[in-house]
Amino acid sequence: MIAKRTTSLLLYVLLAALALMVLYPLIFTVFSSFMTEKEVSNFPPPLFPTRLYLDNFREAIAGFPIVRFILNSFIVSAAVMVSQVVTSSLAAYAFSFLNFKGKNALFAIFLSTMMIPWEVTIIPNYLLIKSWGWMDSYQGLIVPFMAGAFGVFLLRQFFLQLPRELFDAGKIDGCGHLRTYFSIVLPLSRPALATLSVYVFLTHWNHYLWPLLITNRASMRTVQIGVAMLQHAEVMSWNLILAGVTLVLLPSFILLAFGVKQLVRGIAAGAVKG
Amino acid sequence: MSNYESVLNVKNPKSRMSKRNIWKEHVLAYAFLAPSIILFVMFLFYPMLKSVYLSMTITDPRGQVAEFVWFENFVTLFKSHQLYANLSVTLLFILYTVPTSLIWSLFLAAITHNKLRGMKIFQFIFSLPIVISVGTGSIIWFLLFHPTAGMLNYFLSLVHVGPIPWLTDPAWALFSISVMTVWMNMGFLYIVLSSGLQGIPEELYESAKIDGSGPVRTFVRIVLPLLSPTIFFALIVSVIGAFQAFGQIHILTKGGPINSTNVIVYSIYQDAFVNFRFGIGSAQALILFFIILALTLLQFKVLEKRVQYQ
Repeated sequence: MIAKRTTSLLLYVLLAALALMVLYPLIFTVFSSFMTEKEVSNFPPPLFPTRLYLDNFREAIAGFPIVRFILNSFIVSAAVMVSQVVTSSLAAYAFSFLNFKGKNALFAIFLSTMMIPWEVTIIPNYLLIKSWGWMDSYQGLIVPFMAGAFGVFLLRQFFLQLPRELFDAGKIDGCGHLRTYFSIVLPLSRPALATLSVYVFLTHWNHYLWPLLITNRASMRTVQIGVAMLQHAEVMSWNLILAGVTLVLLPSFILLAFGVKQLVRGIAAGAVKG
Repeated sequence: MSNYESVLNVKNPKSRMSKRNIWKEHVLAYAFLAPSIILFVMFLFYPMLKSVYLSMTITDPRGQVAEFVWFENFVTLFKSHQLYANLSVTLLFILYTVPTSLIWSLFLAAITHNKLRGMKIFQFIFSLPIVISVGTGSIIWFLLFHPTAGMLNYFLSLVHVGPIPWLTDPAWALFSISVMTVWMNMGFLYIVLSSGLQGIPEELYESAKIDGSGPVRTFVRIVLPLLSPTIFFALIVSVIGAFQAFGQIHILTKGGPINSTNVIVYSIYQDAFVNFRFGIGSAQALILFFIILALTLLQFKVLEKRVQYQ
């Protein structure tokens, strides 16, 4: 019994040390964002802020269009999320419940899209968006990502596991496919739809290269590009930069706190299915 | 192929369906698929073919084709020293990041896979880097790596190690980028490997314990083989991810110092979007595409075999 207790105590000590290591960059970020300029310019800087100094956030918001960046990212990620849920659930419905010619071939084509990495498509896509005059626009950031094969596979997998009796009952009631889609399949698939939503939102919130290419005006930049620009703002001191980073991280943390289960499920689905 | 068949119609043989119904179902199916297909054609398949075309051309800075040169871009690339240099930096980057992040995440997943109190908190902490995007992560590490005022060199000075020129020395830059990348990727890998561990039936641990097998032996002899499909998936995803690393290099080193962090994707970016040589950029992108395609096919082949054995 004592031996068992010491092992679990040792495990806790080890875990705490490892957790501190993993968390340190974030602790550093959050703590520094509460420090005054005087505090951070000391070397070595103090490990803890002496008090909750909130002026950094005020100054970061005033000196940099951080709120605008967050808003842009939010608009883009939310729009991509909603449209991917719509396009994927429609396609998944067709693949799960409808019979039509060329189904297997089309399914294979959908599968093949997952093998095309963005590097191959990014140059032509950039030229296309530029030729349409969509630089510095929301549609340029959103439209190329409105469909995705991952969502189709995830939802198809879920749809096929729904109990069949429900559909038979619906059919007897004279329920057409459109009504089955809206009033049976979608409401029953909320867990899978939530998983897909969290996954897509986070992926697009974190996009870097595409917004870097497509946006030039500061007012159209997304969070990731905006935050990377802080690096070159020489006049800004560390506490301000890190206050900006903290503000940017906040929505992600909130999303993780609420959506960790969905996210894990989505990743696990991807992992199991390859 | 039977699993592709419609669930709704399994009980209704086709002969009973009227022709009109079949026709209606076709229209509906194509209508449901249309949004995805249109978007895929516009932003995936057409660009893919256009990349092949562009790779055989020389363009003006606005992307207009100036001359069709067949395979000249590829010949130039394969003859030049730069492509091999970029590829070997990429391989080195993979070597630094992939095994480390896999072993590190697997270790964390293994020691948090138990029912001790408070384990949920540690699981949350180790998953947390998944929300760190490349933009924010790079800025944080840019400050940590700072040569004179950075915290990493301060901690080193506490144990009497001299300051390390993390990002400014060609010998260190790729290593530093890799440290940051391992930290950023661990959340995803930790989640993948933890879910893999949860899929292993509890009874196996019990019976191993009864047989007198210690925890380390159980892990190596029983858990690892069962986890191998998940590990393999994690491996391939990490390798592909490492091939595609861009943001941290763009923010932290811009490919330097002296090209020591100039991975292939960064070189595509520079050729296409800094020097506006879209032709040679596309040619490099296609080379990268074939490398990634080979890896993906390998993954499918191995996983398929696995599935059949089970």
